[in-house]
Amino acid sequence: MIAIIDYGMGNLRSVETAFEKYSDNVVITDEASVIHSADKLVLPGVGAFRDAIDLLQEKGLDKIICKEVKAGKPILGICLGFQLLFNDSFENGHYQGLGLLDGSIVSFKDYIKDVKLKIPHMGWNQLSFSNSSKLFNNIPINSHVYFVHTYFLKTDNNDIVAATTNYGLEFPSAVAYQNIYGTQFHPEKSQSVGLKIVENFIELC
Amino acid sequence: MLAKRIIPCLDVRDGRVVKGVNFVGIRDAGDPVECAIKYDAQGADELIFLDITASHEQRNIMLEVVAKTVEQVYMPVTVGGGVRTIDDIRNLLNAGADKVSINSAAVKNPEIINQASQRFGTQCIVVAIDAKQVAPNRWNVFINGGRIDTEIDVIQWAKEVVNRGAGEILLTSMDSDGVKTGFDLELCAAVSDAVCVPVIASGGAGNAQHMADALSKGKADAALAASIFHFGELTVDDVRQELKKQGIATR
Repeated sequence: MIAIIDYGMGNLRSVETAFEKYSDNVVITDEASVIHSADKLVLPGVGAFRDAIDLLQEKGLDKIICKEVKAGKPILGICLGFQLLFNDSFENGHYQGLGLLDGSIVSFKDYIKDVKLKIPHMGWNQLSFSNSSKLFNNIPINSHVYFVHTYFLKTDNNDIVAATTNYGLEFPSAVAYQNIYGTQFHPEKSQSVGLKIVENFIELC
Repeated sequence: MLAKRIIPCLDVRDGRVVKGVNFVGIRDAGDPVECAIKYDAQGADELIFLDITASHEQRNIMLEVVAKTVEQVYMPVTVGGGVRTIDDIRNLLNAGADKVSINSAAVKNPEIINQASQRFGTQCIVVAIDAKQVAPNRWNVFINGGRIDTEIDVIQWAKEVVNRGAGEILLTSMDSDGVKTGFDLELCAAVSDAVCVPVIASGGAGNAQHMADALSKGKADAALAASIFHFGELTVDDVRQELKKQGIATR
């Protein structure tokens, strides 16, 4: 069973629909027992980092997720859910994340020198692969996927970076480290390439 | 490299896709979900639904259209038209819209942009601006489907909505909308230069060259078209091939 974790940030129907294409056992849940019995976890989300981490803590989901992931359960973080996997975020303040991987979430505005680049980074951009993660099995290099974000991951740990994308600078657009996977882009909105990534996570990760 | 986007727009009234010329004169163009599936297959980068249903009571039909669409296509969907309140925005997002576009309500109550972007995130709040040229290099913001001239300068308004938290601008030239003679490139470039968020050019697409012009000379991040796609005059892929030929970044 694949558990899509619902902590109240946005509509999860698109994520659910994409996963249902490749699995007939997908549930949207905020219950500890369901998360515990799931084979794989998906942490989606859109919106602000602070609200997300507050809601996770309020529901006690932060501790449950960390416990399951540290015990080896595969997790895929998507967009804001990807950002939550790291140590901290500087989105409108400074907030602690789940700390499952090393890195900080920072604003493009503070790092991009080309003032003509539009922010949010919105639309279809390309993937380069920096490790041979199973997540990108049979995905051609330079494939386009759909992004919409203002903040990005900055990490000194290159071992965790599975893909990078260029937008004024080269930033990590996906991570894969042991059982922890994450994409800054939206696989569920990325047509056939995105669906292949969903399938890979279900079948191979 | 970030690709320029090609966006088919579906004007929906009472659950059917329709298309008018210069905001009047309506033709039926099919079932919205079927149209969305067709454009997904053509490789559209995104879809926009504009609800032009007259009565507020019938607006729940749009929520169903959105919910059915996102079960069928795996691409970003923006919904606008008649969005007035924070509840309207929440209902559309909950139905599955990725972004919601606000038009007249933003002019009448600009504070809704701040509230919506704080509540749901800048990335999902689009402000639609209907612009009409009133003098050389001067365009005014029109509201209520183009019926009321607010006398607000489009460039100033574009800057204000971004300061208030709009994550994207959907810019329609009322002068060129529906007449297929090309986008208002001056307007488009002026707005794109004035703001730091992506701009979708709308109004005037008659062929692939017009779309390419909007994305190059018009400096738009995305180009929208409706009727040329609906009636099969052109496919999304035709436009994409033209962009590729001209060296414009595309998927």
